[in-house]
Amino acid sequence: MDVVIGQLFTGMSTGSILLLAALGLALTFGQMGVINMAHGEFIMAGCYTAYVVQQVVSATGASLLISLAVGFVVGGAMGVILEATLLRRLYHRPLDTLLVTFGVGLILQQLARDIFGAPAVNVVAPGWLSGGVEIFGAVVPKTRIFILLLAAACVAGLAAALKYLPAGRRIRAVVQNRDLAESSGISSRQTDRMTFFVGSGLAGVAGVALTLIGSTSPTIGQSYLVDAFLVVVAGGLGQLRGAVIAAFALGVLQSAVEYSTTASMAKVVAFVVIVGFLQLRPQGLFSVRARSLA
Amino acid sequence: MAISETTVRDAIKLAVDEINADGGVLGKEIEIVAEDGASEPAVFAEKAEKLIRDDCVAAVFGGWTSASRKAMLPVFENHDALLYYPVQYEGLEASPNIFYSGATTNQQIIPALDYLAEEGVESLYLVGSDYVFPRTANAIITAYADAHGIEIKGEDYVPLGSTDFSTIVNKVRTEDADAVFNTLNGDSNVAFFREYTNVGLTADDMPVMSVSIAEEEVGGIGVENIEGQLTAWNYYQTLDSDQNTTFVGAFKDEYGDERVTSDAMEAAYTSVYVWKESVEAAESFDVADVQEAAGGVAVDAPEGTVTVDGENNHLVKTARIGEIRDDGLIHTVWESDGAIEPDPFLQTYSWADGLSVDDAEG
Amino acid sequence: MSGDTTSDVRRAAPGGRWRTMGGFAVAAVLLFAVAPTVLSDFRLGLLAKFLCFAIVAVGIGLAWGRGGMLTLGQGVFFGLGAYMMAMHLKLADAELYGGPGSVPDFMEIAGVRELPGWWAPFASPVFTIAAILLLPAAVAVVLGLAVFRRRVKGAYFAILSQALAAALAIYLVSRQELGGSNGLNRFRTFFGFTLNDPVNRTMLFFIASGTLLAVVAIVRQLMYSRYGELLVAVRDQEERVRFLGYDPATVKVVAYAVAAAFAGIAGALFVPIVGIISPADIGILPSISFLIGVAIGGRATLLGPVLGAIGVAWAESSFSEQFPSAWTYALGAMFVLIIGFLPRGLASVTAVRALRRRSGDGGRQSVPEQREVAV
Repeated sequence: MDVVIGQLFTGMSTGSILLLAALGLALTFGQMGVINMAHGEFIMAGCYTAYVVQQVVSATGASLLISLAVGFVVGGAMGVILEATLLRRLYHRPLDTLLVTFGVGLILQQLARDIFGAPAVNVVAPGWLSGGVEIFGAVVPKTRIFILLLAAACVAGLAAALKYLPAGRRIRAVVQNRDLAESSGISSRQTDRMTFFVGSGLAGVAGVALTLIGSTSPTIGQSYLVDAFLVVVAGGLGQLRGAVIAAFALGVLQSAVEYSTTASMAKVVAFVVIVGFLQLRPQGLFSVRARSLA
Repeated sequence: MAISETTVRDAIKLAVDEINADGGVLGKEIEIVAEDGASEPAVFAEKAEKLIRDDCVAAVFGGWTSASRKAMLPVFENHDALLYYPVQYEGLEASPNIFYSGATTNQQIIPALDYLAEEGVESLYLVGSDYVFPRTANAIITAYADAHGIEIKGEDYVPLGSTDFSTIVNKVRTEDADAVFNTLNGDSNVAFFREYTNVGLTADDMPVMSVSIAEEEVGGIGVENIEGQLTAWNYYQTLDSDQNTTFVGAFKDEYGDERVTSDAMEAAYTSVYVWKESVEAAESFDVADVQEAAGGVAVDAPEGTVTVDGENNHLVKTARIGEIRDDGLIHTVWESDGAIEPDPFLQTYSWADGLSVDDAEG
Repeated sequence: MSGDTTSDVRRAAPGGRWRTMGGFAVAAVLLFAVAPTVLSDFRLGLLAKFLCFAIVAVGIGLAWGRGGMLTLGQGVFFGLGAYMMAMHLKLADAELYGGPGSVPDFMEIAGVRELPGWWAPFASPVFTIAAILLLPAAVAVVLGLAVFRRRVKGAYFAILSQALAAALAIYLVSRQELGGSNGLNRFRTFFGFTLNDPVNRTMLFFIASGTLLAVVAIVRQLMYSRYGELLVAVRDQEERVRFLGYDPATVKVVAYAVAAAFAGIAGALFVPIVGIISPADIGILPSISFLIGVAIGGRATLLGPVLGAIGVAWAESSFSEQFPSAWTYALGAMFVLIIGFLPRGLASVTAVRALRRRSGDGGRQSVPEQREVAV
């Protein structure tokens, strides 16, 4: 029994990490249609932000909280720079965006390698997050509970911001009908930049959170990127709840398959399931309105 | 991975500089031609061929993963050139064109198992990255366990570079073996040990024996997550010998005080001296002459005296079990009775009969 | 921009016939006479490897440049072809050196005594060659039908094809009977010829050259045929083509399958030339790297992908000899600059265009400007 609960929680935890990695994408890819392959490197930037902050602020608890904020700004700033310099010219060529941002990702990876070195660096988790909590006989690491809560907070915060804040409402307006929004006096350029800032900032936050459980190395972003894209694709564009459900479903599925077979098999099965699922629902779990897929 | 390759290069360069300062080999100064294998087997093969055919080098030092060595092996055999491979590996190979200066399985994995058995370990859980070294190592461990009454509670592999260990650690914890044998590679170790510590497992109740974690990796994992855990190698920076003090001192002088030395670096450093001694014994740089003269060549290396075994081109070396302490270094807690003869095909171990066919071809 | 696209293509065809023949003749002389005499054995081997990439690039040029399908998973088909060829070579070697019924050396080392059943057919050279020609294309047809019928396109298709490459690489690493992460290597003979012999290696180079020329010829025929126009039309205005009564899915599947078959053939040639195939050669990074040469050369042109792929591979090899770590920056910068600012590739650089205009070709090969943003 405790195995099942442990695994279920493991799946939720994997799902929450996927969700954190994919949430920013759900905004930039799902809402704007920009395929940002450098999103993984923004996550990496978040990881290294946590590392740098920890060099300055040695109290681990404080440095984690500061890092979350700084990580958001660093990720967001990188996103805005990318948007302003390159992506703006490419909105009518989404597939080329993919390749251009892939190139940006390569450069950022090599930069990280040259600045911080290729080996993993260590970000020390605060004392109050070490150890685990026993839930029905299964031990769940506190770091994973923290990430689960953080993911929930990010989703809730983002949903609330989109719904209640004026800037959020502008984002939704531009997403749903760019021309109408523009004729209503909304600057779509500023709104795009805003969306990109928030989406990339969330990648930074995800990066900070990932230092709690994994290694901080130049290639960390790559390992999450493909899964994150699959989550957004399976969840459907333009909807946060699709991404949430897809992330948790994928997380639980992967860890269940991994428990009974191998980790490699779990990755393959997850991919096959998603392709199969898209056969049934090519528009993903939810989509804003019926239209041919991008 | 790339980092370990660069540290190996640093160690090789140090040895070459020392040799050149000392008058070179047979009166000739050694020149280094460096190439980058980009951690990709096909590139290793291409660069090896370039070094041999375009640069006409006397010998090649390097390689890191099993895949890189396997990819280069046919190149060296076809062009009859020499490769000095400095990393511990999975054994079951012996090529006249490769000198193996790292440990083979009976100089690392089997001593580690002997040590665990001595400590009263009766069950093991095997965790490894999904590639050839862990697979082969675990086949050997399973055969050893069968013969010595040790129960294998589980065997799991993760894709290279995987960072999600919640499921596997969950399994490890549920199975409750006496110890874990860890053949994970690179960054996966970071995630594994963090998860391991966080679910409350410690070196006291379930020690982890690692064969791919050296001094350089400890910092990235975080000493607090790995303190007290065990490793199996032939060399540690903390070894107390004149040769090692000189080596560590020279290395830190050259590359900075914060750098550490590790088994693969020491093996790479030593391999340059093994080549030098072999060339001097042969009084020739010719490949056939060096191969002929190499058997029995001995070098006073930082890890102690190593001797080339002419039958399989491996080194006779001492196995050491170490414990990771809070200074981030590894301290020897157990040492084999003298240096161990290399036995890449495990022919002298009756329990290993079923593992492989002796491949006379190499 | 879509209006004059197809007429351009059409116009280029008839007048270009002699020029094309001439181009082929020059290429043939370069590959079959000049290259073997001026290049060392080692450099000739490298060039042979680049030709394999060029063969993949020709297929990508068709599927991506002409058909608008951004396939980030060509490594899958490349890998299929390569592994099938490698299996055959391993089996042939095992039989030659170990006698009938022997298993390949790497299995022997791993303690495998029985050949897995699905390896057995690859002992036959005929079966292997047939499978190399047909299987990648067949897989592409099945995948393509599944995906394009459901009108999954653009970014979705790109992401799925990339995930497929990732999944295949992970899967292969976990299959010990295919050599795991080491892959398959150490081949001694190629259909009875010793691979270590320089004469036979030159022969392999000729085979690769001939294949490349053939593949370019096939694509040229396709491009200037009615089908080629339809393909471009589907790329630019899929809905209109549908309304005209064609099935865009079928049109796309054909181009995708042809590209897959080319990649499979290239993979099969790569194996004896390079002497190794491992999962590292077919994952996400190699798959996406196939694209940059195509983009640089001009994705929608006939020869651009070929020259681009050879150029990039050559640059990587010689550049990384001089400055190993700078290559990553260069590769990244190429993606950004070429695709971001020169989407038609170097073929659109003014000098080249002027030259082409003078020689009668409009030089206005179209650039896909898919308007398929999600919003």
